[in-house]
Amino acid sequence: MILTAALGLPMLGALALAVSSRWTETAARRCAIVVSVLPVLLLAWAWRQFDPQGVLFQFVEEVPWVPSLGMGYRLGVDGIALAVATMSALVFSASIAYPVDTKHQPRQYYAWMLFLQSVSLGVFLALDLLLFYVFFDLSLVGMFFLIGRWGHGQAQLAAFKFFLYTFFGSLLLLLAIIGLYLSVEPRTFDMRVLIEQQPLAGAGMTAGLVFLALMLGFAIKTPVVPVHTWLPQAHVDAPGPVSAILAGVLLKMGTYGIIRIPFAMMAETFSRYALIIALFAVASILYGAFVALGQSNLKRRIAYTSVNHMGYTVLGIAVAGALIQDTEYARELALVGATVEMVAHGLITGALFLICGSFWQRTEEYDLDSYGGLLRQAPWLTAFAVLASFASLGLPGLAGFVAEFHIFAGTFGVYPWLAVIGVLGILVTAALFLQMLQKVFFGAMPERWAQFEDLRPIEWGVLVVLSAGFVLIGVAPAFLLTLVEASAALLVGGR
Amino acid sequence: MPIGDVLPEISLTLGAVAIVLFASFVRQRQHHWAAVLALLAIGLGAGLTVAQWGGTPRLTFSGVWALDGVALASKLVVLIAGALVVAMSPEWMRTDRRHGEYYALVLFALLGVIMMASASDTMELVLGVLLSSVASYPLAAYHRGWAPALEAGMKYFLIGALTNTLLTIGVVVLFGLTGSTGYPDIAQALATDSDRLALTIATACVVLGLTFKLAAFPAHAWMPDVAQGSPVPAAAFLTVIPKIGAAVALARFVSLLPPDVAWRAIVASISVATMTLGNVAALRQTDVRRLLGWSSVSQSGYALMAIVVLGVSDQALPALVFFLASYATANLAAFAVVTHLRGRTALDDYRGLARHAPIAATILIVSLLSLVGIPPLVGFFGKLMLFRVTLEGGYAWLALVAVINTVVSLFYYLRIVAPMMFGSRQSAVHVLSGQWARSAMAVAGVLLIVGGLGAEALSLFTGSIRFAL
Repeated sequence: MILTAALGLPMLGALALAVSSRWTETAARRCAIVVSVLPVLLLAWAWRQFDPQGVLFQFVEEVPWVPSLGMGYRLGVDGIALAVATMSALVFSASIAYPVDTKHQPRQYYAWMLFLQSVSLGVFLALDLLLFYVFFDLSLVGMFFLIGRWGHGQAQLAAFKFFLYTFFGSLLLLLAIIGLYLSVEPRTFDMRVLIEQQPLAGAGMTAGLVFLALMLGFAIKTPVVPVHTWLPQAHVDAPGPVSAILAGVLLKMGTYGIIRIPFAMMAETFSRYALIIALFAVASILYGAFVALGQSNLKRRIAYTSVNHMGYTVLGIAVAGALIQDTEYARELALVGATVEMVAHGLITGALFLICGSFWQRTEEYDLDSYGGLLRQAPWLTAFAVLASFASLGLPGLAGFVAEFHIFAGTFGVYPWLAVIGVLGILVTAALFLQMLQKVFFGAMPERWAQFEDLRPIEWGVLVVLSAGFVLIGVAPAFLLTLVEASAALLVGGR
Repeated sequence: MPIGDVLPEISLTLGAVAIVLFASFVRQRQHHWAAVLALLAIGLGAGLTVAQWGGTPRLTFSGVWALDGVALASKLVVLIAGALVVAMSPEWMRTDRRHGEYYALVLFALLGVIMMASASDTMELVLGVLLSSVASYPLAAYHRGWAPALEAGMKYFLIGALTNTLLTIGVVVLFGLTGSTGYPDIAQALATDSDRLALTIATACVVLGLTFKLAAFPAHAWMPDVAQGSPVPAAAFLTVIPKIGAAVALARFVSLLPPDVAWRAIVASISVATMTLGNVAALRQTDVRRLLGWSSVSQSGYALMAIVVLGVSDQALPALVFFLASYATANLAAFAVVTHLRGRTALDDYRGLARHAPIAATILIVSLLSLVGIPPLVGFFGKLMLFRVTLEGGYAWLALVAVINTVVSLFYYLRIVAPMMFGSRQSAVHVLSGQWARSAMAVAGVLLIVGGLGAEALSLFTGSIRFAL
C-alpha cells in the first residue's frame, strides 16, 4: 500500500485542486506543498524498511486491471527504483514550493504539478510494462500543459515540439513493449516474469528490432545525441520549477527505462550492442559539454550540461551490460555509478534550474553577458549557485563526484579507452561552469541590476534541502550505495 | 421464418414507423418526444441483442443473416452510438420544421448499418449499404436552405451513387463466377479453381464500394464536407456509425477470398493511403468540424490494419470491434461538445474555452487525447489492440506507419487543444440551452474514461467473437 499511497496522494491532491474553483492562491499553494511532501516521507520510510539482502523487488502490490491482456496494476521497487523515485519526489516538492509566477491560475498550476508528480512516481514504481507506459505517456501530457501555459518566450512552440518529439519515442516504446509481450507464453506485461525469462534471447532479427525500438524510445527521452534536439527549447521556455522537473525527473525516465527494460529483460541483446551504446554515450558526454560551453544563455547552458550528464549515466549502463568475462565487479560499479548519477543529477540540476527560475523572476533575462558582479548584491544566491555548479562539475565531496568516480572506475575495467575519452567531458564541464560563475557573479556589476534582490527565505529554504541532499551523498554516500549496490549486484551478477 | 432472430431489427423498424406517424400528427413543438421514442426503440433493440448473446455462432434466414459474436457486438456498438447521436440532437433540431422525421431517418440508417454488419449474403450486403445510404443522404443535407449543407449532401450522394453502383457490379460478377450470393457457397466455390481475373475485378468493386461507407481512400472525399456542412449531430452519425458496419462487412467479405487473391496487400495499401492522406489533409485545417472529418478518415485507415491481419492473428476481429467502439466513443464525444457549443467551428472560437466552459473543454480535450491514444483512455486500448494484432500478424512496417501517423495526428489535435488551454477570450461562450446535448456530452466523456479503466469488461466482451462462417 505504501507505493500506491506515494503516487495516489498527489493524484488525489490534484483532483481536489482541479474540481473546486474556490481555492485561493495561498490555500492552493499550501495544500500542494503539503501533499507533495507526503510521497517523500512515504518513500523515505520505504527506504528504511527496504531489505538490501532481500529479493530484487520489494513492497510488491498487484491488482488485476485487464487480466485478459495480462496487464495489471503492479507496483514494486528495487534499490535503483527506490532511490530514483525518492529523489524525484523530493525534486517535485522542492519545485512546487519554489515561488513562480502562476499567471493568475495558481490552482491549475499546482494541480498539474501534483498530477505530474503522481504519474512520474508511477513510472519509477511500476512493475508492469503497460502500466509503465501509461505513466510514461501521461507525464508528457502533464509536461505539455505546464510548459505551454506557464512557460515564457515561445512556450507553445516549445510545448508542441516537446510533446510531438517525445511522443514519437514513446510510441516506438509501445511497439517494443508489445513485441516483448508477444514473446512470452502465457502473454503478460509483468516485468518480473520478463526479467526472469529473458524471452527474446537468441531471437535474432526480432530481438534486434525490439531492442532498437526500445533504445530509440529511451534515447529520445534521455536524451542521447543525436536525438536530443527537443531538449534545449523545452528547457529554456519552461518556467524554472518545471525545467527543474524536466531535467531532474523526466530525463531519468529514459535512463531508468534503459535499466529496467532493455538492460534487464534483454541482457544478451544488450551485451551485443553495449559498445555501440557506450560510443553514443561518450558522444553525448563530449557534445553536451562542448555545446554547453558555447552557450551564452544561462538556461540553455545548463540544459546542455544535462545532455552531458545523462551521457555519463548511459555510459555506466552500457558498461554494466557489456557481459565481458571477469568484469562483474567493474560492471556493478558502473551500474551503481549510473544510478547515483541519476540521483545526483536530479538534485543538482534541479537546484540549478530553480536558481535560473529565480533569475527569471527578478530580471526576465538569461543572457550571461548581461550579468556580472552579483556576488556583492546577492551573496546567498551566489553561494548556492557556486555550490550547485561545483557539485555538477564533479568536485570531490559532492554527489557528482561519487557518481562519476563509480562510472569511470567501472568503465576503466571494461572499455579503458572510452573512459579516457569520456573524462575529457569532465574537464570541459569544469571550464563551462567556472566561466558561467565568473560571468554572472564576479567582475563589475552593470548598473541595471542595482535593485537585484537576494534569495527570499522560501527560495533558500528549498535550495538548502536540495543542497543538503547532494552534499550528504558526497560526504557520506553509504546510505545510498548500500541500497543501490544490492540491486545492482542482483542485476549484473545474477545473470 | 425464425422471426425471433431479427427482433432487434424489427424493433428499430417499428420505432421508425411510429416516429414517422407521430411526427405527422403532432405539433412541431412536441417533436422532441420523437427522440424519446427513438431512444426507446434503440434501447429495446439493444436489450434484444443482449438476449441473443451467448448462443453458438450461426447463420439464419437461409444463410443470409449472421448471428455471431461479431455481428452482435458491432450491433451493440452501433446501437449505443446511435443512442448518443439521438440524445445530442433535440435542441439542435428544435427549430427545424421537420424535426420529428429526423429520428426516423436515424433509425433507418442504423438499421442499414446493422444489416451491413450482419449480412452473410451479397444481396443482403447491397441492401444494407443502400438502405443506410438512402437514409443518410437527407441527414447530410437536412438544413436544405444552407448552401454548405446542400453541397455536402450532393457530394455524398454523387460519390455514394458511383460507389454503390460499383458494389453492385462487383456482386453481380461474383454471382456470375460462383452462381451464388450466399457467403458459405461463395467461399466454397472460390476455394476450387475459378477465373482469377473476374474475381479480382469483383473484389476490387466490392472493396471500393465499401470504402465509401468506411470513408477510406479512394472514396473518402465526402467525409470532410459532410463533417463541416451537415447538422452537427448528423455529422456525428455519419463520421462514426456507417464505418462500423462497413468495416465488419469488409472483414466478412475478405475472409471469403482464397489466399492467392492479394487482398492483404490491397487492404494494407488502402490502410496506409487512408491514414496518411487523412492526417496530412487535417494538418492545416482551421475549421474544427472539417478537421474532425479528416481525422475520421485517418481513423478508418487504422481500423483497416486489423482487417489486414485477419486470420493470421486470432485477435484481429476483437481488435477491430474494440477499436471501432473506442473510436466511436471518442468521436461522438468530440461532436457532442461541438453540438453543445452550437456547432461553432472556427478554430479561433475555441480560444480560451478552458476557462469559460471548463467541462465542455475538458471533454473535448479528453476525446481528442483518446483519438490520439493517450492512456488510460479507451482509445489507448483500441490502438494497443490494433498494434498488437498487426505485430502479431507480421506487419511490423504497417504498425510503424501507423505510429508515424499517430505522431502527425497529435499535432493537429493539439492545434485544437492549445488555444483552448493557452488562449484567452473576451466574449461569452454560447451553448445550446437544455439538457439533451449536455447530457450526451457528459455520458460520452465519462465513457471515455470508464471504458479505459474498465477495458477488461470490453475486452472480455469482444475477446472471443468470431464469424459464424
